[in-house]
Amino acid sequence: MLHYLLKRSASLLATLLVASLIVFVVIEVVPGDPASYMLGMNAQPDTIAALRTELGLDESRVARYLSWVSGMVQGDFGRSYTYRTPVAEMVAERLWISLPLASYALVLSTLLAFPAGIWAASRRGGIADTAVMGFTQLGIAIPNFWFALLLVLLFAVNLGWFTAGGFSGWQSGIFAGLKSLTLPAVSLALPQAAILTRVMRSSLLDVLNEDFMRTARAKGLSSRQAMLRHALRNAMIPVLTIMGLQFSFLIAGAIIIENVFFLPGLGRLIFQSIAQRDLIVVESVIMLLVFAVVMVTFLIDLAYAWVDPRLRQQRR
Amino acid sequence: MNKRFSLPALLVLTCAVSNAFAARTDIILGVQLEPPNLDPTAGAAAAIDEVVYANIFEGLTRFGPDGSIKPALAAGWSIEDEGLRYIFGLRADATFHDGAEFSADDVKFSIDRAMADDSTNAQKGLFANIDNVEIIDPLTIAINLKQPDGNLLFNLAWGDAVILDPASAADAATHPVGTGPFKFANWVQGDRVEIVRYADYWGKPVKLEKATFKFISEPTAAYSAILAGDLDAFPNYPAPENLAQLDVDPRYSVVLGSTEGETILAMNNAVAPFDDVRVREAVVHAINRDEIIDGAMYGYGTPIGTHFAPHNPAYLDLTAQSAFDPEKSKALLKEAGHENDLTVTLKLPPPVYARRGGEIIAAQLRDVGITANIENLEWAQWLEQVFKGKDFDLTIISHTEPMDIGIYANPDYYFQYDNADLQALMTSLNTETDPDKRTELLQQAQQIIADDYVNAYLFQLARAGVANSRIKGLWENSPTQANDLTGVYWEE
Repeated sequence: MLHYLLKRSASLLATLLVASLIVFVVIEVVPGDPASYMLGMNAQPDTIAALRTELGLDESRVARYLSWVSGMVQGDFGRSYTYRTPVAEMVAERLWISLPLASYALVLSTLLAFPAGIWAASRRGGIADTAVMGFTQLGIAIPNFWFALLLVLLFAVNLGWFTAGGFSGWQSGIFAGLKSLTLPAVSLALPQAAILTRVMRSSLLDVLNEDFMRTARAKGLSSRQAMLRHALRNAMIPVLTIMGLQFSFLIAGAIIIENVFFLPGLGRLIFQSIAQRDLIVVESVIMLLVFAVVMVTFLIDLAYAWVDPRLRQQRR
Repeated sequence: MNKRFSLPALLVLTCAVSNAFAARTDIILGVQLEPPNLDPTAGAAAAIDEVVYANIFEGLTRFGPDGSIKPALAAGWSIEDEGLRYIFGLRADATFHDGAEFSADDVKFSIDRAMADDSTNAQKGLFANIDNVEIIDPLTIAINLKQPDGNLLFNLAWGDAVILDPASAADAATHPVGTGPFKFANWVQGDRVEIVRYADYWGKPVKLEKATFKFISEPTAAYSAILAGDLDAFPNYPAPENLAQLDVDPRYSVVLGSTEGETILAMNNAVAPFDDVRVREAVVHAINRDEIIDGAMYGYGTPIGTHFAPHNPAYLDLTAQSAFDPEKSKALLKEAGHENDLTVTLKLPPPVYARRGGEIIAAQLRDVGITANIENLEWAQWLEQVFKGKDFDLTIISHTEPMDIGIYANPDYYFQYDNADLQALMTSLNTETDPDKRTELLQQAQQIIADDYVNAYLFQLARAGVANSRIKGLWENSPTQANDLTGVYWEE
């Protein structure tokens, strides 16, 4: 297990290093000078030069890359060009919205998808199965920003149960915070739930045909007991894979939803930073997302081993 | 049934009763863009002024709602030495929000800082003519000029010329400390800035106790936030498509005003084919302004025929000179030797007026035989390629700086118009302080650029604001991009 962990960590580090190089090069190639963006149309050349010096933009690319990477290793992500505050602080603040939002959406989609998937699989071909499959088609087809707008019109504008967007801040209480995340979480969760339901169903159907299921039934378990004790656990591998992918997607892909609900999360930060040529923020946030995705994949691998003892055996 | 409805009914009744007795003293305003920082002397973003101008920071002079120049931290002034020396008497009772007293030292510090070699003031040009700032006594200051400048009082009213205290200036980007009627309270990045009433303000106390600026850039999000009651007002409302609907709703009032934004189709005067005045004139006559205002701006906007704001007393209406006349366009193109063979690029920055307006203009140009290939650019790219690199044929942009006709006297400006007569005229304008003579010179300048068809002048950008109908005192026009809350209150 130790050997396995070491090997995985080394490849994780290599991935991050390569990613940092790609991110830096790609973003440096994009045209647009941050200093002239910040100073606007009336700025004089010497003013722009002064600001470039202040931001450290007049150093060579190699020097800037090295100082960026070595800073990140020490937990220092640099200073935002536009906000002039440490990037790490900004990101941490935004994560307190994006992370709960992604988790909330993941919990909602799991709560919807697991029962729906199991129900559909156990009534294969029946009315319930057809209905669930129909709904999941709809869930996949509806774009989540459009669904989000519908939710706002109904629950914020017409009924007044929620605000149309924004974030009250956790200091005003967990309930108030969760309340302002509810509509965004629902609109993020719906398409995810639809996909997860379909994966759950088909994965269960595969397992139900396996020999060990027949054995389980032969031992005298009811079909429900066999489903819960044996089939479910074995069907989890593809489901976990999808959940892992979805979590990364939820963090990175919340950009549109955060804009619809004007939530000050990570997605909106990237969006703003790209427009403002706040390159250091864009670079750092992308690196953070790469790190998150790599970590989630790693954790999902560990989870495979947990649900399937055979995988643990191989690795010893 | 009765029981279910009694509680909400009671709540509504309580609210109504308490509202009848006390007017609200807080306000939540929507603004489109988040300011990158809160120091108006160190960044170009109009979003900074939208929050801090006249609320947190004040300059020696300030813009009034109609664009006139009013005294602010300078109680009055006199002009000596044939316009070379301005002497300002300062407010005796002004203090900074951290308790520091305001004095001549702060004025000298702020202007010197803006003029310094390493200054990052985005409008450093405003101070270019200042020779030095001289402290006469703690409450009197003199500004000595290199040459007479009729624009000085106007220049000092800009957000970029506000007065900071040396002790707090370095942190102004995140913790602005000014002398205004509101002081900074809180900034939740990405979400909102909160300001509260400053009790020791030198001037007339404001009625609002607290104001929150909420950042919402998505038009649909702005619309739903207004409808859901999350916002009390959106002074520069980003979704003109919903204005008609909000206007008929008694809960809201829609206020239409004008901005300092001249929206133009700029032409690159230095490269072919637009170095030929006939081609420029042909483009101008190919354009139907009303169609653009209706199609791109839902009818909001005032047609202009020169680079000047129609609400300015010195404005000359020259729209007839550039009237829509496609036949004349075709004739001019033929004369210039470009019959049906002209293909040009039209580079568009992100704002709606440019993107939607660009589609319409491309279609109008096609009708007279000019093919305009549209390229959509991000702001930073636009600044780099078009503004700095001058690598463009045509572009659409709103010039929002107040009184900026002087850009036509700079041959290095992105549209590269080089006319010695106009340059001489602008030099004499800069040294002229007599208002009548200034008007005359300004009108001559407007006529010259209209005669030369430097650019195609489209429309003055409108300012459409939406507010709860009980809110009074918001600015209708925007002589500078600010949300001055000093006169805002809730009607009881």
